[in-house]
Amino acid sequence: MNIVRSHVLVCGGTGCTSSNSPEIIKQFNKELDKRGLSDEVKVIQTGCFGLCALGPIVIVYPEGSFYSMVKPEDVEEIVEEHILKGRIVKRLLYEGDLKEAKVATSLNDTNFYKKQKRIALRNCGVIDPENIDEYIANDGYQALAKVLTQMTPEEVIDTITASGLRGRGGAGFPTGRKWAFAAKEDNPVKYVCCNADEGDPGAFMDRSLLEGDPHSIIEAMAIAGYAIGAHQGYVYVRAEYPIAVKRLQIAIRQAREYGFLGEDIFGTGFNFDLDVRLGAGAFVCGEETALMRSIEGHRGEPRPRPPFPAVKGLFDKPTILNNVETYANVPWIINNGPEAFASIGTEKSKGTKVFALGGKITNTGLVEIPMGTTLREVIEEIGGGVPNGKKFKAAQTGGPSGGCIPESLIDTPMDFESLAAVGSIMGSGGLIVMDEDNCMVDIAKFFLQFTVDESCGKCTPCRIGMRRLLELVDKITSGNGTLEDIELTEQLCYHIKENSLCGLGQTAPNPVLSTLQHFRDEYIAHVVDKRCPAGVCKNLLRYQILAEKCIGCTSCARVCPVGAISGEVKKPHTIDTSKCIKCGACMEKCKFGAIVKN
Amino acid sequence: MSTVKVKVNGVEVECPANATVLEAARLAGIEIPTLCYMKEINAIGACRICVTEVSGARGLVAACVYPVAEGMEINTNSQKAYNARKMTLELILSNHRRDCLTCDRNQNCELQKLAKDYNIKDVRFGHPEELKPQIEDSMIHLIRDNSKCILCRRCVAVCKEMQGIGVIGPNDRGFETHISCAFDRNLEETACVSCGQCITVCPTGALTERDCTDKVWNALADKSKFVVVGTAPSVRVTLGECFDMPVGTNVQGKMVAALRRLGFDKVFDVDVTADLTILEEGTEFLERLNSGENLPLITSCSPGWVKFCEHYYPEFIPNLSSCKSPQQMFGAMMKTYYAEKMGIDPKDIFVVSIMPCTAKKFERFRDYQEAVPGLRDVDAAITTRELARMIATAGISFKDLPDEDFDPAFGISSGAGVIFGATGGVMEAALRTVTEIVTGQELKKLEFTEVRGTEGIKEAQYDLGGRLVRVAVASGLSNARALLERVKSGEAQYDMIEIMACPGGCVNGGGQPIQPQSVRNFVDLRAKRAAAIYDADKEMKLRKSHENPVIKEIYDTYLEKPGSHKAHKILHTKYQARSKYPGVAVAE
Repeated sequence: MNIVRSHVLVCGGTGCTSSNSPEIIKQFNKELDKRGLSDEVKVIQTGCFGLCALGPIVIVYPEGSFYSMVKPEDVEEIVEEHILKGRIVKRLLYEGDLKEAKVATSLNDTNFYKKQKRIALRNCGVIDPENIDEYIANDGYQALAKVLTQMTPEEVIDTITASGLRGRGGAGFPTGRKWAFAAKEDNPVKYVCCNADEGDPGAFMDRSLLEGDPHSIIEAMAIAGYAIGAHQGYVYVRAEYPIAVKRLQIAIRQAREYGFLGEDIFGTGFNFDLDVRLGAGAFVCGEETALMRSIEGHRGEPRPRPPFPAVKGLFDKPTILNNVETYANVPWIINNGPEAFASIGTEKSKGTKVFALGGKITNTGLVEIPMGTTLREVIEEIGGGVPNGKKFKAAQTGGPSGGCIPESLIDTPMDFESLAAVGSIMGSGGLIVMDEDNCMVDIAKFFLQFTVDESCGKCTPCRIGMRRLLELVDKITSGNGTLEDIELTEQLCYHIKENSLCGLGQTAPNPVLSTLQHFRDEYIAHVVDKRCPAGVCKNLLRYQILAEKCIGCTSCARVCPVGAISGEVKKPHTIDTSKCIKCGACMEKCKFGAIVKN
Repeated sequence: MSTVKVKVNGVEVECPANATVLEAARLAGIEIPTLCYMKEINAIGACRICVTEVSGARGLVAACVYPVAEGMEINTNSQKAYNARKMTLELILSNHRRDCLTCDRNQNCELQKLAKDYNIKDVRFGHPEELKPQIEDSMIHLIRDNSKCILCRRCVAVCKEMQGIGVIGPNDRGFETHISCAFDRNLEETACVSCGQCITVCPTGALTERDCTDKVWNALADKSKFVVVGTAPSVRVTLGECFDMPVGTNVQGKMVAALRRLGFDKVFDVDVTADLTILEEGTEFLERLNSGENLPLITSCSPGWVKFCEHYYPEFIPNLSSCKSPQQMFGAMMKTYYAEKMGIDPKDIFVVSIMPCTAKKFERFRDYQEAVPGLRDVDAAITTRELARMIATAGISFKDLPDEDFDPAFGISSGAGVIFGATGGVMEAALRTVTEIVTGQELKKLEFTEVRGTEGIKEAQYDLGGRLVRVAVASGLSNARALLERVKSGEAQYDMIEIMACPGGCVNGGGQPIQPQSVRNFVDLRAKRAAAIYDADKEMKLRKSHENPVIKEIYDTYLEKPGSHKAHKILHTKYQARSKYPGVAVAE
């Protein structure tokens, strides 16, 4: 193998790819080539580093210099200064909270990474996902070798059970127990499936894992196959993840070439192979029975359980289905022992959890934290707090099935039980931060619109009930609601939860219920005072010109698209609210703060 | 079979270990409401109207699919379950065009009944004023109005699972979900066979037959028309259900009386032309048996089956009997033989048939169904349900009617004609005649019990004067498909096959009285109605088609002999291969 003196890691995750990282790689190769350095320095496209807000990200080793927001035109300087002359390009360094320390090189010292514990994401941003050798160099396929040569299937299941690993897809079902159910079934044909149909708005951990470390999923699925007695696996991944699909397919091909998939793996006589199935973008296909129907080639719709998939799943055979992140933990647990995993986290929630930080937060991106880390630590320390000096209002976890956690509960530990106790869920790990400018009724409506669109339409409560629920909430946000409507809303929420066929419907009202629980006063303000406290709900907004501040410059009147503002020059203007369409253009234009909305 | 003990509302019952909560409750005499559930065909737990509280489950469970367990305590009427069902009903009603007064299914609607049973007084959701009719009426036999569809998917299941056709299914998703054909094309652009099974399972008025009663009323009012009516074999054992009589009641005499009171000039029995069919088809069978050509002979009485064959198995078209169906033979004989005999211009004869079948509405318009060129053999084909509607309109108190006899010209028939109404009946009728013709000896036992019964596929072998004849009977098109695949692969060989489109045959036809699914799930309509058919046969003196004096007279005075040139002109037809995708130009 060629020994190189320096490695340049360029993030090839979806975020950085969108901000032009492929061009950066091209530039690096060009500049290195120009200087005859191609043999000495290796440029690697990695998976996601997590700090997506600051992409594209480039790390230069051996120094470990962490460059952020790199543009293609910066590359020449990095090559010339850093690689050739050994002088770090300080203006591009990610400083974050390290400005004063002036260390600027060690990633792990930054607040963003300091509190993280990367198990599932261990290889993301570290290795080239399209190169199996790099995975192997980082202990890849060692767990599979250990399992196949030194452990019985029962021991594998016992290990997973002892680790306390629970499903990362939402419900948190103990993984070991799920595997044991399927292992118990006496059937020569069984299946191992991977749920990569990540659909929660704002969640992208499964995508990053598949893009950054696809081999860990393949390895884990082969381990699961051995544990339950299956010889075929399917990764169900959404077609909207082209990079993930491509890298997964490359990885499967490489694994077959290396004999990690296929027949007689490691000469042990164990056969296992994997195929990719693409989802066409239905959120409901993340539900296990719907996912299996979809793999079978039918309309993706859930069916009643029992029978559970472990007994009768894909093609009516015993099947296990785990989420991408769940699988990503498996090789680590085998390699490091269940105790090591179980030592992380809380009593009932072991290990780490990846969260996708989004919304009103400084460090948008992916973070992996030990279970039980508080919401405050995640938002204030790792996430860098709410930007623009705004006040934190609530955090939404668990996507459309989850709930909102108010500021008063910011010290809630992030684990399955604690989140459920405050009316939210862990879900797949979406974490959307909201500040004082967010209307909580409007937020609930946003998630409702999503689930109404994504309901499969099979069962009555979800198909009709969710639509009626949205209509009720819409009535409230448009100022036509009554206190009775709030009561009916709540009643309907519980009805849908208790009567829907599948998990989608059973959780779809959660955003409404949790905001009703924590922000009921906002609902009441909408129906009683006909006012939206956050100033979001358009129908309830009133734009008003403060006469004492208005100097009569007329710029608001000129920018108003509907001619709702009138007044003489140098005299206070007024807004005709019957004409006003509440577009906010006047307020934006006014330099004197004379226009307010309430 | 192993059993478990469960408690239903505190009362202990023993039920099969694989029973559902719904079935256990039924054993305890409790009917849990259902809408989407159809036993063995549609266990999808979708409508959620059957939610029930059971011990050991986290929340409410769908009784139709939830399995019982030893010691389970089932509470069918807890307040929680009651409130949940009520709210679900309210939600369904919020998206259902509630024009009950003018709906075809008024007072025979499962949704309407539940709304009444659950005391729904107000629907707090939705915008009823926005619900407009969504009519799809491209087919001759059926009208769909999706504004009344509650998406129970029973029609989808019966089309796909029972008939093996599957031309309808859910399109779009969520609130926009609706039942229609692929790419939202019209039904006429698909290979729908017009069997009408979807109509009989629809809980509401979303699917109805195309009503032709107006046409019949108009003909009856037209003094220049000589209006004759003929009733199919199975109608006499089902019509009573429309007047609250028990399933399986034979009301032939009252039916004839009612038709006479409606003003038909002659009331005839299509059983007569069923006998005629046996003579023609039996002759055809013997000819083919001798020549060895186009065997197995496959019956052609069921127009749903014939259309299915043309769409899906055109390679079997040469095997189809060239005989018209009894309905068409009836019309043809009216406009030729009978017109001549009575000295009436065939143009002035208006032939109405009362059928258990919606495909008969389609069959009437098929090509090669005009014994008198330019005149359709049959002028109106109405279903059992439409006849009941006419009787109600006329204010006839059906139950109080005396029994009357058919008009004799086409009113004397054999038991062989009657059993056409049940699966296996045509085969048995044919065997009675063919065996006696071939052997020249009187049959000692007329019952060919091997071909009776409700199983989907039946097989038997009979000695036909020294020659072994292999026969098969299929009812329900998925069974037909299975049987034909076996014939195609050479796995099975037969000389004659009877196929009926509807499971159980005409007694369970798409035009028969609609029984709610709560009855269908626990009562075998096919068997009960067929039993009445076989009872009728048993009680008749005349039980063989070839002994029917009317038939004898027809041949003696008009058609010469079975299979004659004249018989062919009047009583036989042709078929055509049809595309599986009639609406799409595809290279096949």
